[in-house]
Amino acid sequence: MLDKVKNVIVVLSGKGGVGKSTVSTQLALALRETGYKVGLLDIDLCGPSVPYLLGLEGSDIYQCDEGWVPIYTDETKTLAVMSIGFLLKSRDDPVIWRGPKKTVMIKQFLTDVKWEELDYLIIDTPPGTSDEHITVMECMREVPCTGAVLVTTPQGVALDDVRKEITFCKKTGIKLLGIVENMSGFVCPHCTTCTNIFSSNGGVELANFAQVPHLGTLPIDPRMGVLVGSTSSVLSHLPDSSTAQVMRHIVQQLAAATAQPQEITA
Amino acid sequence: MQAPPPVHCPGLESEQAGLVSACAGCPNQSICSDPNKKLEDPGKALVAAALKDVKHKLLILSGKGGVGKSTVTTLLTRYLARSCPDKNFGVLDIDICGPSQPRLLGAVGENVHQSGSGWSPVGIDDNVCLMSIGFLLGSVDDAIIWRGPKKNGMIRQFLSEVDWGTLDLLLLDTPPGTSDEHLSVVSYLRDDNAPDSVRAIIVTTPQEVALLDVRKEINFCKKQRIPIVGVIENMSSFRCGHCGNSSEIFPAKTGGAAAMCAEMEVPLLGSLPLDPNVAKACDAGEDITAIRNPTTEALADICGKIVSSF
Repeated sequence: MLDKVKNVIVVLSGKGGVGKSTVSTQLALALRETGYKVGLLDIDLCGPSVPYLLGLEGSDIYQCDEGWVPIYTDETKTLAVMSIGFLLKSRDDPVIWRGPKKTVMIKQFLTDVKWEELDYLIIDTPPGTSDEHITVMECMREVPCTGAVLVTTPQGVALDDVRKEITFCKKTGIKLLGIVENMSGFVCPHCTTCTNIFSSNGGVELANFAQVPHLGTLPIDPRMGVLVGSTSSVLSHLPDSSTAQVMRHIVQQLAAATAQPQEITA
Repeated sequence: MQAPPPVHCPGLESEQAGLVSACAGCPNQSICSDPNKKLEDPGKALVAAALKDVKHKLLILSGKGGVGKSTVTTLLTRYLARSCPDKNFGVLDIDICGPSQPRLLGAVGENVHQSGSGWSPVGIDDNVCLMSIGFLLGSVDDAIIWRGPKKNGMIRQFLSEVDWGTLDLLLLDTPPGTSDEHLSVVSYLRDDNAPDSVRAIIVTTPQEVALLDVRKEINFCKKQRIPIVGVIENMSSFRCGHCGNSSEIFPAKTGGAAAMCAEMEVPLLGSLPLDPNVAKACDAGEDITAIRNPTTEALADICGKIVSSF
């Protein structure tokens, strides 16, 4: 399983809607921008967001002798994407499955997809600590160089759930690469006042409390919305924004933590 | 040890159950293929008996996480309880892996007591009580690392072994998705003789990435024959506290909830603004429904529509 993949990074959060998929896609795009070959696997079966975020809705998965061929975003084949969204007939179709069927599907995504040589495989997960997560962690025992990135928003109600996810990582023995705090402050475009809609600093405090590296703090930036539906990275599209700066820093830290020999060029 | 299901298991609900080639050799094939042998879960009768004095049940659903299902549940409960002081309300949090209701309703650290008639839910107000798995955990850090069947067992216990007493409305706060928790709660509560006793409210935010999952949830309700009271759009606009101008943080590029409701033919109940004060009050478990602000005004309108639908 995943024989040609050097590093696997699982993006987790106990809480929904904190930006796991946005961080996963931007992380994958930023790693590609930096020169790595990247795979992105979406295991949120009931609510796949990756096809929409990358503008790949409607793409079809083909099968070859060695298994399913993932969707490549362009001819360079530097970003391979797999999601259940590509297997549904209509984007409105619900996937009403209990745990065992979800487990089988995820195992298929890990074993039956023809992942080429990849420097990084990013796995985007649904919220919670249940079937999908247990299955992925079980499979990850057979794969080296694995770590988890936790995404949170700063308010208490999200942190409560993320603390549970930290316990999950400790119990399942997965290395925590760090915490990303998302939606931290909103700068009003009219008067440039920064409002901490969902309070602030919660991710930093949690990282200190749990003794996990704090990878960065991403602001709420409505300009990020224009990147939805495209495969352009915030690094190239809005290179001076604070989101791009933080993202660049996160990539550097992750590359260092996963000990990739390649030079960082971005 | 439980045997894993066959790789291409069509699922019990499927008409193909027990008939496709993957079923050959499965020990459950004879049960699956015979429609007469599909026995009803004995839990369903227990649930019906335990909830016989609960008049209405309202599921708060959304395919997407973090759109404010729990916040909306809290706000609706608080507002309805304040405006109908002679009615009784219950809240059941079936988000097993990420329970938020204890914090939002200001009941962190409370304990559930067991009596002869079952678990006593935690009293929040004179006419509001709450049950959540959060009360059964030793610490906030404790994670519930359970696969589906254990979660289903817990939900069944919450429905059949909690002493809810007489309630006018039970609100059920759900996790995101269309999976175990949702299927279980629907199969336990749905009563084909009284199809209106369980209904759903859908919560969404305006941006397409949320609407995408919410459409799936609406189709889930249609497939499961759960009537939808309507859709509430949360976090629809943000008013800067400094200059008073509004910004759309989660822009409705595809027309937001209004366009989706028209397309899916479900009513739109209203929109709640993105208000940092609500976020703060929720984190602290405070009740904001007594204050007059744009959120509570919108809430009053939404609650009026919900009450008149009963």
